[in-house]
This record gives sequence, C-alpha cells and structure tokens, in this order.
Amino acid sequence: MDYFETFGWERRLRLDASALQRRFHELSRRTHPDFHQAAPAAEQARILEASALLNAAYRTLRDPVARADYLVRLEEGRTTREGDTQKPQAPPALLQEMFEIQEALAEARTGALDEATRGGLAAERERLHVRFRDVEARLGGELADAWDAAPPEARPRALAAIKEALATRAYLKTVLEDLSEVLDGDREAYVANRRD
Amino acid sequence: MSRIVGIDLGTTNSLVAYVDERTGLPIVIPDGEGRVLLPSVVAFAPEGIVVGDAAKRQLVRRPGSTVYSIKRFMGRGYEEVKEELCFFPFHVCPAEGTVAIDVGGRTVTPSEVSAVVLRALKERAETHLGETIEKAVITVPAYFNDSQRQATRDAGRIAGLDVVRIVNEPTAASLAYGLHRLPDGVIAVYDLGGGTFDISILRVKDGVFEVLATNGDTHLGGDDFDRALMLWLLDDIKGRHGVYLGRDAEAMQELRLAAEAAKVRLSFVERTTLTIPFADFTYSRDLTRAELEARIAPLVDRTLGPCRKALTDTGLSGARVDEVVMVGGSTRVPLVQRRVQEIFGKTPHSQLNPDEVVALGAAVQAYILAGGITNMLLLDVTPLSLGIESLGGIVNVLIARNTTIPTSAREMFTTSVDGQTLVDLHVVQGERELVKDCRSLGRFELRIDPMPAGMPKIEVTFLIDANGILQVQARELRSGKAASIKVKPAYGLSETEVERMVEESFTYAEADVETRLLIETRNEADTVLVHAERALRQGSHLVDAAERQAIVAAVEALRAARATSDRELMHTRTVEVNRVTAHLAERMMDAALKGALGTRRAAELMEP
Repeated sequence: MDYFETFGWERRLRLDASALQRRFHELSRRTHPDFHQAAPAAEQARILEASALLNAAYRTLRDPVARADYLVRLEEGRTTREGDTQKPQAPPALLQEMFEIQEALAEARTGALDEATRGGLAAERERLHVRFRDVEARLGGELADAWDAAPPEARPRALAAIKEALATRAYLKTVLEDLSEVLDGDREAYVANRRD
Repeated sequence: MSRIVGIDLGTTNSLVAYVDERTGLPIVIPDGEGRVLLPSVVAFAPEGIVVGDAAKRQLVRRPGSTVYSIKRFMGRGYEEVKEELCFFPFHVCPAEGTVAIDVGGRTVTPSEVSAVVLRALKERAETHLGETIEKAVITVPAYFNDSQRQATRDAGRIAGLDVVRIVNEPTAASLAYGLHRLPDGVIAVYDLGGGTFDISILRVKDGVFEVLATNGDTHLGGDDFDRALMLWLLDDIKGRHGVYLGRDAEAMQELRLAAEAAKVRLSFVERTTLTIPFADFTYSRDLTRAELEARIAPLVDRTLGPCRKALTDTGLSGARVDEVVMVGGSTRVPLVQRRVQEIFGKTPHSQLNPDEVVALGAAVQAYILAGGITNMLLLDVTPLSLGIESLGGIVNVLIARNTTIPTSAREMFTTSVDGQTLVDLHVVQGERELVKDCRSLGRFELRIDPMPAGMPKIEVTFLIDANGILQVQARELRSGKAASIKVKPAYGLSETEVERMVEESFTYAEADVETRLLIETRNEADTVLVHAERALRQGSHLVDAAERQAIVAAVEALRAARATSDRELMHTRTVEVNRVTAHLAERMMDAALKGALGTRRAAELMEP
C-alpha cells in the first residue's frame, strides 16, 4: 500500500494541511498499538506495521517537497530508498551559473576568507535563499496544481517539471549548506537565516 | 485486562500511581506512613538490602555500599561515565557492555539496583491495592537512547514486572495535564529532574497529544546543581578551617546532603544558614540565593540550547508556544523559572506537583493501554536519529530524529564477494555525520546462503516501536527466507544475563519482612549512635554533668540493645537517646548559629 492509498486518497499534490491532520488522527485512533494491547501477538505485529506505515505516510505527505519527491519515485516505480544517497544531478544550466560560486567556495576552503569575498558570498547566499524559497513555493503551488489538473497524457510532462524543480532545489540546498559552512562554520546556519 | 500501574523511576525519587476506576483520575500511592516519594537509594548492607528512606539514612554511614542516582548509569558504558565517577563514593567498575557497582564484595549492575527500587514500588502498590501487580508502564527521559531504554525495561523484568510500555517523562506529564482539560494548542514541557533534562514540544488537539520535537541532556539535573555548590563549599571549608574534605567519603556525603537541603530552602527564602557537624568541627555559614545562582547559572543555561533546537525542529518560534509546563523538582529553582520564561516568553505554570506529575501521567498511559480511556491518544517521537555505518565511517540516516513512532525504514543490502554468507550491519544513534561521533547501538550479523557477489537481495527492516526501542528484521528476497540475525549490543545486558538476574532476584525477595524491619531498626540505631557520640565529643561543655551522665547511660543502653535481635527494645532505646540528646542538639545549633553570625559581623567590619 502506498502513502496515498494509506490515507484513502488519489495521487494528488494539493493537500489541505488540516484535512490531512484530521485524517491522520482518525486513522491513528484505529491503528495505534495503544488500543490493541489485548490482541494476539500476530495481530499486534500487523498493527505495529500498519501504524509505522501510517506515521511514515503522514510525515511524507504533510511536507509539500517530500510529497512531490515521493510522487516522482512512486510514478517511476522506485519505492525503496535505493540510490538516495547519491548527490542529486543538477540541471546543466544551473551548473554553469553556479560555476563561479563553486570556485569561490573552493578557494575559501583552502585559504583565509578576506572581507570582500566574505561579503560577496554572503550576498550570494541571500540571493540563493530567495531562489530556494521560490522553488519550494513552485513545488507546493503551480507545479502541484499542474500535476493535479493534468489529463493522463500530460502527466509525464508535469512530472518532468516537478523532477527538475526537485533537482534544482536539492542542488541549491547543497550550495547553501556549503556556503553556510564556509561563512558560519555550520552547515545548518542557512536554515536559521531562512526563518529570519 | 489486569491492572497496570504507572511508575516514575527517577534519579532522586521514584513513585507509583494508578487510575481510580470510579473517578477516572490518577492517584499516587503512599507507603504505610503516607509518604509518596520513595528515595531512589539502595543500601547493600551485610545483613541485607534496604531501599528508600531507610537507605538514604545510610548514605553518610556506609557511603561505599549505598547506591544513589543510579539512573545516571543506566544503559551506559564505562567510558561514558568515568569523568563523573569522582563524585560518587561507591566504586563503579567496567563490566561487559555496561558498568557494575562493587558493593561490599559483590557487584551489581544498574538494572539490578533499579530493580530493587521497582520491587519496593510494586510491593507498595500491592499492599495498597490488595492485589498482585504484574504489569507496569515505566517512564524514562525523552532523550534516553535505545540502550538506556532497554536497561530500564530489563530492570522491570528483574523486579518481576512486565513492562508493557516505556513512556517519555515529559509526554507522560502532558497526559496528566491533559486530564485537567488542557486547552488545544502548542505546549512546551520543560522537565528538569535530579539527573536528566528534557524539553518536549507537543500539539494537543481533540485528545490527540502529538509530540512535534524533543531534545535534552541525559546528564544534567539537580545533582549537578548540588555538585557545583558542593565544590564551592569545599573550597570555603578549606579556607576557613584549613581542612580539605574531598577524600573523606563520609564528610562528602554530609556535605552533599547539606548542599542539597540548602539549595531546596533557597527556592523559598533569600538567605539560609548551612550547618554541618563534621567529626572534628562544625562548619556553619550563611548562603544567599544570589550566591547559589552564581554557581548554577552555567548549568541552567545549558538547558537553553536544547530548547532552541527543539523549537527549530518544530519550525515554530518561541512566541507560538501557548503553554509552558514545568516538570521535575529542579524547576522549583527560581533561576530556572526566570530562564524558561525568557526563552518561551510565557509564564511557565506548574499547577500539578512537579514531583508527582510524571507518575500521574504514567498511570494515565497505563489506563489507556488497559482500555480504560479511549478518547486520548499519544503520538510520541524518537529523540535521536538512527543510522547505519556506510563506507568510510559515514552515517547513513535511516530514521530521522523527531519521527513519530512506531516507525520503520527498509533498506536493501547485497554481498560484495562470491559465496559471502555474512553481512555485518553497524547500527548507531546520534546526530553527527561520522560513526565515531555517534553512539553505537550494536552490530547485526545477517547469515545468508552462499551466492555469487551481488546476487542476494537482503531486505532489512528497522522498526522503532512505541517504546522507542529498535527491532531489526531481515529477509533474503530471492529465497524469501528470513535471514538469521545475531545481535551484538554495544551496551546492555544479554538475554541470559537478564534471566540470571531475574532468578537471583527471587533470593533477595525471600528475606522476610521481619528481617528487613530488624535491619532498618538497627540502621536507625547506628545513625542515632553516631550523632549522639559526635554531640558528646563536640558539645559536652554546653550541658551540665548530670545531663551528660544521662546521655552516656542512654547511649550505653542502646549499644547493648543493638547487639540483640530485639527490635522493640532497640526502638525504645533509640527513641530514648533521641530524647535525652535533644537539649544538647539545640544548644549546639545555637552555638553554631552564633558562630555564623559572628563571622558575618566580622566580614562586615572588614568592608571599607
């Protein structure tokens, strides 16, 4: 059973957060091990599995990016996490654009960081944040809508667009982390910046 | 379904509670004398084992064989605890996969010590309810890792309890508050106990308690406050009396208990006097709340980092938290309350007794499991990321921290050499990228039939159950056979060891009630004798000859009674010694107070 089926829904990307939560709570009341303590062992094992599946489904579906990523894997028939540890392939156009930043990063890693370079990289990080947020917004917005509205023959195109956005996002994330490591010594620093 | 009790197995105190079916409300169970807190102290005397208040009275007299704060050692390896061993008077030594405490010729594991406390609570519940208790929900700090949880479950088994659920302390507390109609919203539970700190952030909605994030420090609590104060007093004693007490185990226990008591008083008053009658001199000084706060501020500040991390993990800012709930005795410290208020921007509340709320919540969870409550549901998370070692010592995270449990992750493995029959998986828990910086949970060896390299497809399922404890299953997909798994836990007891301890524990249980009472009475007599003799040595000039004579006679009489097995006589004479020394004790306290005042006046005169 896939995550969408677990919730009893079609493979749609526009999901209402509060409806999702309500459904999750409703299903949890059915499958949580707390309510099946008196069941025989085999039944308890089945409940445990169902409960783990439901929790995984909720965790994935409530996050628009994870949801889109899951849909791509599902449509391509990859349900395991195999190959997930590989670095994402960035779209070629983006690679070219990032060439300068990568060079500056490589330099910053080997030698000291002068104020001018630091300022330049910090400004670059700001710019990339905006872009990163923009990609995320598209994934949860227009690209999701395009998928949901697409007739069967248009689905591959909609999916390809989502896939490219996901790759761009993953690549931007890596660059943001690299920048944060060089600027703040903390790969997660950009997350804090993102909230400010 | 039979009754399930809720147990808070604390660093300093432990409690047992149950839900009264008639009212649907949880109640903590008192002992015969009405006390609900059972000090988590176990004294291993030559005559037998004593637990609780009776054991606490042994701390000063038998520091080497009286074990306290054992929770700090649960599920830990020697390397992890060796730095704090200097603070404990008992001898802790490395043991396979765990540590052991040498208590007068025999060694016991932390799980066995905790089992003594659990058994006492089990008996207390049985006496109170008039029925056999076999099942319990036991709480642990939310930030406890897999080994610490397993060690707690083992302790339950050794005590003869079926531990139906391990539940996180802050979450349990939220359930207790939930019964009192907690409004829907986001709540932060700040839980600072004797030895551990947890912060959990939950969303409560329509009876569903969903933990969003948790963080903490399993080695930070009131014990550390006491230590900071103790070290400072140790220096002060050296300065005033020219004596360094650091190597005197008995004096250090006196000092620890006095520091703890002063800390507790300073939560309610601004200034207190600390008086400790040591063997050769009496130390007395005034202590202000500001002085205490200066010592403990760095420790209190260490709780703020985890609070920020938990907030970040929920994606909420401090202002989004609707309620802040305080749990654990250490949250009575005013400085703690101020810091919590600052970080969450809300006045923290503690309508329920912070010492009891976890046990009450454990009872609620027990009642849910027994089917007594169906409208409340707790959705907890795993506090630490779970991963496996991959090439180059890098951690491949399979289950991220703050994932709702139960949860599972599936991973495919194959072989790299022809005919390989063994696949070795190293499972770790922690937030760092490198295996060496995380905590090893153990190795899992999968045995499969020989096949050419790359042919086997082994599917391994890592499942974290509702207790936060890992289960691993493996299946070879081509053959469909379950692969056999040999677990080598990095820390903890093996199944055979636990079974042996379960058997051995029955032998303690047979020590009958009369013997135990006799031991307790004798211990009480010993304590009183030590105090009386010290008073005679230090303060005999404060009373007249007749009174002195009466004390000496009473002491001699008690000493004679102690040598017998007559419990009644021993008790009567103990009471008598207490009675005849009361006046002397009062005189000594007066003298010490005058002394303290004297020093303060002198200090004030010195100021320009």
